[in-house]
Amino acid sequence: MSTAVATAAPTRAVNPRHAGWAGIGLGFVAWFIALPPAEVRSPVPSILIALLAITAGAWAIYGGEKRFGGWAIAAGIIGGAGAYASTQSGTGHLEDVVTWSALIAATLRYATPLVFGALGGIMSERSGVVNVGLEGMMLMGAFFGIFGADLLDSWFLGLLVGMAAGGVLAFVHAFFSINLRADQIVSGMALNFLALGVTGYIFLDHYGDQGTPDNIPRIPDISIPGIKNLSFFGDAIGRTNTLTWVALILVVLLTIFLFRTPQGLRLRSVGEHPRAAETVGISVPRTRYLAVISSGVLAAMGGAYLSIGFIGSFNQGMTAGRGFIALAAVIFGKWYPGGALGAALLFGFSTALAQRLPTFSPSGAVLFQALPYVLTLIAVAGVIGRSRPPAAVGQPYVKE
Amino acid sequence: MSTELEPQPGEVAGEEAAEAIAQTPAARLAAYFDGGGVLVPVLTALLAFFVGGLVILITGHNPLSTYKAIFNGSGLNWIFPWISSDERTTAALNLQQTLIITVPLILTGLAVAFAFRCGLFNIGGLGQYLVGGYIAVWVGSSFGGMPSVLHIIFAIVAGTLGGAAWAGIAGLLKATVGAHEVISTIMLNWIAVWLGAYLFALNGPLQNTDPSQQSVPISNDIVAGAKLPVFWGDPELQGLHIGIFIALAAVVVFWVVLNRSTTGYEVRAVGFNPEAARYGGINVSWNYFLVMAVCGAFAGLAGTLDLLGWQFHIATNDILNSASGGLAFFGIAVALLGRNTASGTVIAALLFGALLSGTSQRNLDPNIFEPELAGNLTFIIQGLVVLIVSADVIVLTMLRRGRSMFRRRSAAAPAAKAEAS
Repeated sequence: MSTAVATAAPTRAVNPRHAGWAGIGLGFVAWFIALPPAEVRSPVPSILIALLAITAGAWAIYGGEKRFGGWAIAAGIIGGAGAYASTQSGTGHLEDVVTWSALIAATLRYATPLVFGALGGIMSERSGVVNVGLEGMMLMGAFFGIFGADLLDSWFLGLLVGMAAGGVLAFVHAFFSINLRADQIVSGMALNFLALGVTGYIFLDHYGDQGTPDNIPRIPDISIPGIKNLSFFGDAIGRTNTLTWVALILVVLLTIFLFRTPQGLRLRSVGEHPRAAETVGISVPRTRYLAVISSGVLAAMGGAYLSIGFIGSFNQGMTAGRGFIALAAVIFGKWYPGGALGAALLFGFSTALAQRLPTFSPSGAVLFQALPYVLTLIAVAGVIGRSRPPAAVGQPYVKE
Repeated sequence: MSTELEPQPGEVAGEEAAEAIAQTPAARLAAYFDGGGVLVPVLTALLAFFVGGLVILITGHNPLSTYKAIFNGSGLNWIFPWISSDERTTAALNLQQTLIITVPLILTGLAVAFAFRCGLFNIGGLGQYLVGGYIAVWVGSSFGGMPSVLHIIFAIVAGTLGGAAWAGIAGLLKATVGAHEVISTIMLNWIAVWLGAYLFALNGPLQNTDPSQQSVPISNDIVAGAKLPVFWGDPELQGLHIGIFIALAAVVVFWVVLNRSTTGYEVRAVGFNPEAARYGGINVSWNYFLVMAVCGAFAGLAGTLDLLGWQFHIATNDILNSASGGLAFFGIAVALLGRNTASGTVIAALLFGALLSGTSQRNLDPNIFEPELAGNLTFIIQGLVVLIVSADVIVLTMLRRGRSMFRRRSAAAPAAKAEAS
């Protein structure tokens, strides 16, 4: 009970939100101690900690912080159940699946394209243009990235070609959404089909049945000299693709841009209330054009990461729904770059886990792939905290 | 309003609503498309095929001979009286393929069109189609002892209800907490995909029980009694099954419900203007739920008929492949091109059915154009159709031009009538 005093006593004095946070943390701790390297083999400590988490959650709800309280209770239940399941399974299996350094490395790999896609989605949607065409823009980046790298024999030029291709597709979306006042969702879906056809067509026309050659220049990994040889950090982040770091830096830059610069404020105002923005002299079409095109460029970087960063080849429709997971990350992260990063890491982690879980249940592991979509469905349903889009998103703007 | 090429019930309201207010983009789009003539979709399709032809030309092929080969591959040359009997035999086989694909296209088209008429955009056709299929394959491959007719009906009803329930989740979320149906149906699509990948995976709960196929992630086969009877062609060579009549019956149901029932009136009223409908005493939330469930029923029926009619089993690979560019997504293009009407959907479904089967590995002559390339050409044309339709301004410009011509011509007629009375 000493833990309860330690976490609960200060929260009462400050506010119930902290109790919620503590509950969420405790939920994680409950599961964590049952996993390697701590690997407590008795379920009792974990369950006690999980109960504390639930109590803290209940406290938070009692104090008016329903959202954090709900999360804390959920974390407590999941943590307790997970810890119990872990203590019941063999240590060998457990150590196969839960190798934290490898899991972190895989999470970063899977999350990188999602982060790029989600940042693209945020740019576009913050300016008031729905972008369900992220999948297509990523696909353009994936194909034209590798196509350019092959033809120009340089991964950097390939990346630029891919980004340009994504930008071109986004330009079409911008033109239809802004000038022709198209239904943005319909036009976005159209671009997904179009990108699938165009990339598949050129891919087959140019490479035929052979597929892309093996010797295409790839985006290099960055090995950090000091960290590389440390056992845990070396395995986790010692050798990470350049674009992964670029993605993380972009999250920070985009947060600063959107919330700390006049240009960012203008972009957001166009997405929230275009008429008001227009009255103070901001050009709504111009802002939206720039936002949508940069959205395509960002998403295409994610696609290029897939083809010339991560996998090293291209096959038809290779983004395989990652654009839609990125869209889910936008919503789950509530249209904040930091939130989207968190969502992308969570979704990346669920994919990484799905790759490793077959030790326990070959078919059941597949279900983890559905986790991002289920969580997003729960998020839009507003069960735990409502996800609210920019006010003017999806509405064509007509100048008066 | 006598200037319309195709007068339809509800059209007058549709046009006025479209001019006066733009409630939801989807409602606006639906309304514009109600008001247009048959010329607009024809122009849309022609434009898409023209751009597709340019793509063929740029990549060094002959567009005319390619389109001719696709046309022959679709078997539509069967209707020409002058072809030889050999050609007719091949054409018949190809046409059966075209019509087999047209069945799910009609139904997934209706699934999108019905939602549009209520101002909703159902992107979830894929998920609803898949879930309908999962249930149909389970029912169809179990209960081996049932009488054939009963078994078929049972499987169809179960699959249809499955699709309805899946879409109903999105409808319920829209009706209760206002979650945007586009987001929730996209998510439900992917959940359905991974659910299927789980169900039929190795050691999955619905993987086949055939001892010799334990390493294949595929479902059990539909038992002979639950297969839909083939009425044209050889059942061994994928002849045309009776599902096409069920699909056409669904079209009639769609038309009657929409245009001749109180429910349909309410649905359209909500589609034109939810706020006005609410003031008029219509339960808007209930309509959202109902419409999504009906859409899901159409798409679920599509998945069911495909499985009972010609696929007979589901493989996890096919499920994962269908996730991008699957058949069910063509429903969006079908509905939009068919202007969300019953007859339009059938014609658009036939067009895309012909395009899909005409470009398939089995039907297209590889000496003229590679089927894989042609398959991607189909995606391009599909994308262009949806893109052109998305911008109602393009359509509007065409409409206004057309209308002003009509108005000038027919302006004299009502004036003369008024004078006579």
